[in-house]
Amino acid sequence: MSASDHRRAEAAGDPDRPREATRAPLLSARGLRLAFGGVKAADGIDLDVMPGEFLAIIGPNGAGKTTFINMTTGYLRPQAGSIDYDGQPILGLSPRAIVKRGIGRSFQLPQLFSEHTVLENAALAIAAHAGLWSPLTPLLRPRYREEAMALLDRFGLAPLAEARADALNEGARKLADIAMAAALQPRLLLMDEPTSGVAATEKMGIVETLVRVLRDTGVTAVFVEHDMEVVERFADRVAVWSQGRIAALGPPEQVLNDPAVLRDVIGIEPAHHA
Amino acid sequence: MSASDRDAPGVAAPRPSMRLPEAGLALAGAAALVLAAWAVPWLKFVLTIALAKGVAVLGILLLLRAGQVSFGHSMFLAVGAYTVAFLAPAVPEALLLLPLGALLGGLLGLVIGLFIVRYRDIFFSMLNLALSMVLYSLLEKLYDLTKGTDGIRVSALTFAGAVPDRETQEWVMFGLALALALGFGLLVRAYLASPMGRALAGIKTRETRLEFMGVSARRVLLFAYVFSAVMGGAAGTLVAMTTRHVTPQLAYWTSSGELVFIAILGGAGSALGPFLGATAFELVRVYAAAAVADAWQMILGGVLLLVILFAPGGLWGMLTSRLRGRA
Ligand SMILES: Nc1ncnc2c1ncn2[C@@H]1O[C@H](COP(=O)(O)OP(=O)(O)OP(=O)(O)O)[C@@H](O)[C@H]1O
Ligand SMILES: [Mg+2]
Repeated sequence: MSASDHRRAEAAGDPDRPREATRAPLLSARGLRLAFGGVKAADGIDLDVMPGEFLAIIGPNGAGKTTFINMTTGYLRPQAGSIDYDGQPILGLSPRAIVKRGIGRSFQLPQLFSEHTVLENAALAIAAHAGLWSPLTPLLRPRYREEAMALLDRFGLAPLAEARADALNEGARKLADIAMAAALQPRLLLMDEPTSGVAATEKMGIVETLVRVLRDTGVTAVFVEHDMEVVERFADRVAVWSQGRIAALGPPEQVLNDPAVLRDVIGIEPAHHA
Repeated sequence: MSASDRDAPGVAAPRPSMRLPEAGLALAGAAALVLAAWAVPWLKFVLTIALAKGVAVLGILLLLRAGQVSFGHSMFLAVGAYTVAFLAPAVPEALLLLPLGALLGGLLGLVIGLFIVRYRDIFFSMLNLALSMVLYSLLEKLYDLTKGTDGIRVSALTFAGAVPDRETQEWVMFGLALALALGFGLLVRAYLASPMGRALAGIKTRETRLEFMGVSARRVLLFAYVFSAVMGGAAGTLVAMTTRHVTPQLAYWTSSGELVFIAILGGAGSALGPFLGATAFELVRVYAAAAVADAWQMILGGVLLLVILFAPGGLWGMLTSRLRGRA
């Protein structure tokens, strides 16, 4: 994992490289608060995401992980706090405006056009990004078809191109969902549990495909993940969510070996991962 | 791991790749209509109305693709019809009135659409219904202008400057309706396969995803709504020019219900569905009315019930499954 080690050094701000110290975060959240009735889904979230890094978000169910993604993408509006992307405030912008600025997302429950084929799903995302909405030329014109096939191929989905989206299994749906987000060529991609529901045998393969595609295109990624093996192997930093707060933040080898984090937040015995 | 060495995991049903020759079916259908109009002269009138309604129902089909049902769409038909009725004395040229009616239908569609595309499902349906009833009341109450429920007789028309005799004029109207049906059918077909049309169908299944692709679902729906209103307006001019008498009944909610009825009867799977539905509807109406006088609604109701229960794809669905079965 030399590539990942390299990234890790970059993201951590290696003191031997003075440029790192002055590098601005791509995403910067400060004091985000959002309560649903009595439930504090965000209770003072401060987080910087550095350009190029892979940041994993872990934490128990209901900790507010999805809520963070929803606030960052304009789907939910926090009651307090600020979010800056690329030095600009994005709070209050619509999901559409935020997407156009370069923040993409995938969903915990894949949001595919279920009656369309996988190819059409991909082509629609590509057309949306190209902003070409001529009402009389076919979506699957050669150019979009080729681009869509290339996209699906990168995600290992080419064999499923002609299948209807609602006929896919969970793993393929997750990948297609991420592929659609990637089609918009975001600089920051927020992925909500990209591997949940994916069969254990397929999981590592899917993540490897995914990471390779994202690294190749230089995308900064934030992903919610429950599988510690995936986090350990692919994350540059880990943020541990707990009851709407960030309980710990740092490189995986540090955070995942912190006995307090393991026991109290992740809920597993330290021996398991020591 | 590359794309090719990974198996296709978990595909339940591949999409049938067979393409039906829709164009061939459309031409065959058009030929059959011409033949019928020629063999049974009084059918010309019935078939012209059927084609006109089919054009309006194409608009219903567009909205159905987005999962929306308009129960007020005949208001656009009424706009087209009254355009002809009001303007014919001053501008008797049919070939001018036709695009004008379509344009005014589209304009009303734009004004209403800007507000109505914020709503979905039952609210969308009912707002359309409410607005069409407002138009109906206006047409009924503004007697000085519209002659109320008596309606307006359409004055003599010219076609490209000529005033054809009655027989020729019937053929001209039939030809116009057929040409518009084919033209709008082709447009709708191309539109539904375009990014816009595919996004329209996406409103039905995943509106959030559209927004997260940077696409305004409202704008996508607005385009479809205006398009459908244009077709409604065009259909209305054809109806007015064919029946030569325009009444507020055109905007009444039962007329809108009839369009939805035809859409479901014909099937929303193809641009041919509305025309299959409209032709069947008008023929059943004519023949059933002749055979059993007051019971024709019952017969149509029965037919619709059977279609919904046994052929949810409508007549188009029945036809294609037969063709597929034979292939
Ligand atoms: N729109 C909403 N309305 C009401 N409550 C909400 C809403 N969204 C989230 N919540 C609540 O906020 C809390 C945090 O939810 P969130 O979905 O962010 O958790 P999560 O960390 O993503 O959990 P999981 O691992 O189960 O996906 C939960 O108690 C949830 O029930
Ligand atoms: Mg979640």
